Amino acid sequence: MAFTQRHLLGLEGMSAEAITAILDTAASFKEISERDIKKVPTLRGKTVINLFYESSTRTRTSFEIAAKRLSADTINLSASASSVSKGETLADTARNLEAMRPDALVVRHPLSGACALVARHVTCPIVNAGDGCHEHPTQALLDCLTIREHRGQIAGLTVAVVGDLLHSRVGRSNVHALRALGATVRLVGPPTLLPPEFATMGCDVHTRLEDGVRDADVIMMLRIQRERLGGIFFPSLDEYSHYYCLTEDAVRLARPDVVILHPGPLNRGLEIASSVADGPYSLIMNQVTNGLAVRMAILYMLVARSKAAQLADAPALPAAEPVRGRSGGRA
Amino acid sequence: MEVTTPSGVRQVLDGPAIHRALVRIAHEILERNKTLENLAFVGVRSRGVHLAQRIRRALQEIDGGALVPFGVIDITLYRDDLDRGVQTPFVKGTEIPFALEGRRLVLVDDVLFTGRTVRAALDAIIDFGRPEFIQLAVLVDRGHRELPIRADYVGKNLPTSRAERVNVHLAEVDGVDEVVIET
Repeated sequence: MAFTQRHLLGLEGMSAEAITAILDTAASFKEISERDIKKVPTLRGKTVINLFYESSTRTRTSFEIAAKRLSADTINLSASASSVSKGETLADTARNLEAMRPDALVVRHPLSGACALVARHVTCPIVNAGDGCHEHPTQALLDCLTIREHRGQIAGLTVAVVGDLLHSRVGRSNVHALRALGATVRLVGPPTLLPPEFATMGCDVHTRLEDGVRDADVIMMLRIQRERLGGIFFPSLDEYSHYYCLTEDAVRLARPDVVILHPGPLNRGLEIASSVADGPYSLIMNQVTNGLAVRMAILYMLVARSKAAQLADAPALPAAEPVRGRSGGRA
Repeated sequence: MEVTTPSGVRQVLDGPAIHRALVRIAHEILERNKTLENLAFVGVRSRGVHLAQRIRRALQEIDGGALVPFGVIDITLYRDDLDRGVQTPFVKGTEIPFALEGRRLVLVDDVLFTGRTVRAALDAIIDFGRPEFIQLAVLVDRGHRELPIRADYVGKNLPTSRAERVNVHLAEVDGVDEVVIET
């Protein structure tokens, strides 16, 4: 049950016990959002700042509602409407925010390792809400919670993660979490977006969608980041769609009780057919609901403790090396 | 009845004594409320849950009717000492599977001490709705209240010093029924 981390920067190296503790806590928080009065006083008097250097609707809203349901005060900062547009560095912004004594900073940034950098400059807990191509830990945790809810456990399942693995922080965080929890992970995508090095993460690598999803228990689709990739990593969106779009025919190759996940936003008809996204095996809306519970759990576990205890904790996970590939990859 | 072991652990209630106390509390609940209509139990995690279950079964044996509704409350998120702890306590969740509006509620916990747990439980319950009233049943009242809170039903009043620890062990979780004082 032990969870003594000061920050949540990523899931790489996190133990199955710690991940399970987060998932169990999140499961118990779901009930709060079903109440008439959707609020508990746990983080009353605490301040959570959402510092977002990239656009986001789902994740930012989810973190804000999570903090508010725990009675924390929330402030949302976006790069375009802050001193960043006047040239302030990330470290300076972080130090200035810390001077206002927040109790947690939730950070999203287009560069891998940005959250670890912020964590070196402040003492309050940092939650990584997505940094470049590196990690998006709360997304992977909500994916794990969603899978666990439907299958009872994650150990022993075969999970196919399909799409642009190269740029996907969602994919990376999921590989760490799913492998720690005992799943077999298959990575599926075109060779340009799935270099053979990914096999060193302990995953099976497939370049044909049909091979990757055959007999899978879970298919997790990743978003194709149209704005960055068109024409560089594959000849055309149509060609990508032809080979990798998850259609009902492809779903039929998986186990009959397969479930489908997608972190959103959906590119309907590009990586996932509408009939699949809206199909009976789709858990996409459950993911959003669970995302709220996971973020409540993370804020609770990181913030609802004494400052002394936070500072005395084991240091945060070491900052990961910037991931190969270009910056700016998004979930 | 009291047995002291060399380690400074003194047993103050054994299994049969706990059973008698809970059956008496069940009788008192029926006597005070006259009817089980609209009555429901809420147990405070973790041992209050098992005590509530036992009192509820005892009530059914006395009354012969159906088991009254039963819920579980986790007060962790309502504690006033969260930011004093070294590690955040694990939250196991609240389950109240009935409407609280107008309900006559009996809150059950194992030990009444400072009263802070009961304060948290009352806040938690009221976030779910407005019961007609809330009564409090505890297996042990050990004194040293820090808030103006008292129990309606007490299994045993146990004078203690502040430094002592009172531990309730129940067969459901600990494999044995007993109340011990550790000095």
